[in-house]
Amino acid sequence: MKIPYYPGCTLKSTAKHFEISAIESAKKIGIEFVELPRWNCCGVVASLADDDIMHNLAPVRNMIRVLEMNRDGLVKDEKRLLTLCSMCFNTLSRANNRIKKKSDDLDILNDFMYKEDIDYDGSVEIIHFLEIIQELGFDKIEKNVKKSLSNLKIAPYYGCMLLRPKDVGIDDPERPTIFEKFITSLSAKPVEWNNKNKCCGSFLTVDNKEIVVELGNDILTDAKNSGADIIVTSCPLCAFNLDNRQKNIKAKYPEFKEIPVVYFTQLMALAFGLSKEITGFDGNFINPTKLLKSKNIEI
Amino acid sequence: MPKKLLLNDKSVDFFKKVSELSGEVITLCDQCGTCSGGCPIIDEMDISPSQLMRMVMLGDEEVMDTKTMWLCATCNTCTVRCPRELDVSKVAEALRQIKLRQSFDKINIDKIPKEDLKELPQIALVGAFRRLTS
Ligand code: SF4
Ligand code: SF4
Repeated sequence: MKIPYYPGCTLKSTAKHFEISAIESAKKIGIEFVELPRWNCCGVVASLADDDIMHNLAPVRNMIRVLEMNRDGLVKDEKRLLTLCSMCFNTLSRANNRIKKKSDDLDILNDFMYKEDIDYDGSVEIIHFLEIIQELGFDKIEKNVKKSLSNLKIAPYYGCMLLRPKDVGIDDPERPTIFEKFITSLSAKPVEWNNKNKCCGSFLTVDNKEIVVELGNDILTDAKNSGADIIVTSCPLCAFNLDNRQKNIKAKYPEFKEIPVVYFTQLMALAFGLSKEITGFDGNFINPTKLLKSKNIEI
Repeated sequence: MPKKLLLNDKSVDFFKKVSELSGEVITLCDQCGTCSGGCPIIDEMDISPSQLMRMVMLGDEEVMDTKTMWLCATCNTCTVRCPRELDVSKVAEALRQIKLRQSFDKINIDKIPKEDLKELPQIALVGAFRRLTS
């Protein structure tokens, strides 16, 4: 299956290991990501003010690219746009839902983009990689597992953007299960914990580091107390706040014990027996290699 | 000491402005406090999310001087829990927009320490600048 793929900025820089592990694992289950030609930044956060039409421009331009891909034969009748980054997923989805509800906004945007070949019509659907996996069936993952992760207890961290608000969320906002099913299909054990959908502080990390340090300490401590060896995420901003910021947490709370935080696709690539270059654990701030070795999982 | 509130043209205008920008029917809020109860950032805020809603409802412009509107991370925890299906994050955005549209910047890139800029991923920087600068 060939599907239009939107990487977003961070997956081309600090989260390269997220992208590579996803693309290569997807191939194993028969999905080919076709990168959107001329994609542009989604803007990271959704436009919230009722009169703020302009900030929907960037998301909508990407949707026009999906229509062009269909027109040009890069994909066949595939108007779903696949995302990996939770923030991109959320921002693109919210813009799409907004213009579907407010046709006046869409008219204004199309008018503004008169140089585009195609008018946007609201027909693109934004989806997350986890949703495609669910649709294909988790057994497809199970069948491809070459390296057992059964010794590994994984805390699924959903954060905010995969689940909220309700009209974009991929699962129940309070009791999601999609990540748990994914982890189980990888042969690992999902950990039940309280903070799986608690906010990590998001962009406050820029000007309110202390808030993020407190939230991170709460979230990570809960994961450890619940028996987790490692945490998985699908958001590069959560990854920064929960992984890189452990250095700041440790500076404030010296007794704090580190726990690795990785992208879910890295563990997928690991379980599928893909190479070190593809699992990309060198890209994580806290490298999980030592932990994995202690669980008898060879990298 | 109890505070005396005057409902006058100015407070009504303020209320209308916030309602318009947020797109929310703020008077629907019945002050149940569910939003405040689940807000992950509440410990750092000076007024709670439900207090913010109440002040806007009363057209109390002093809400503009609180920290809360700048600290709402749009996590939408309150949004999915509000029994009145209100979105506090949109009301916080409306308040921020009133300030930002007067060429106000909450953060200044020159004031962010160099070492921070080096380590912060662009997803954090773009997100913060979109929410907190004009
Ligand atoms: S949860 Fe909704 S109704 Fe309750 S106080 Fe908050 S905004 Fe008002
Ligand atoms: S959206 Fe804002 S007010 Fe609501 S729970 Fe999150 S941080 Fe608190």
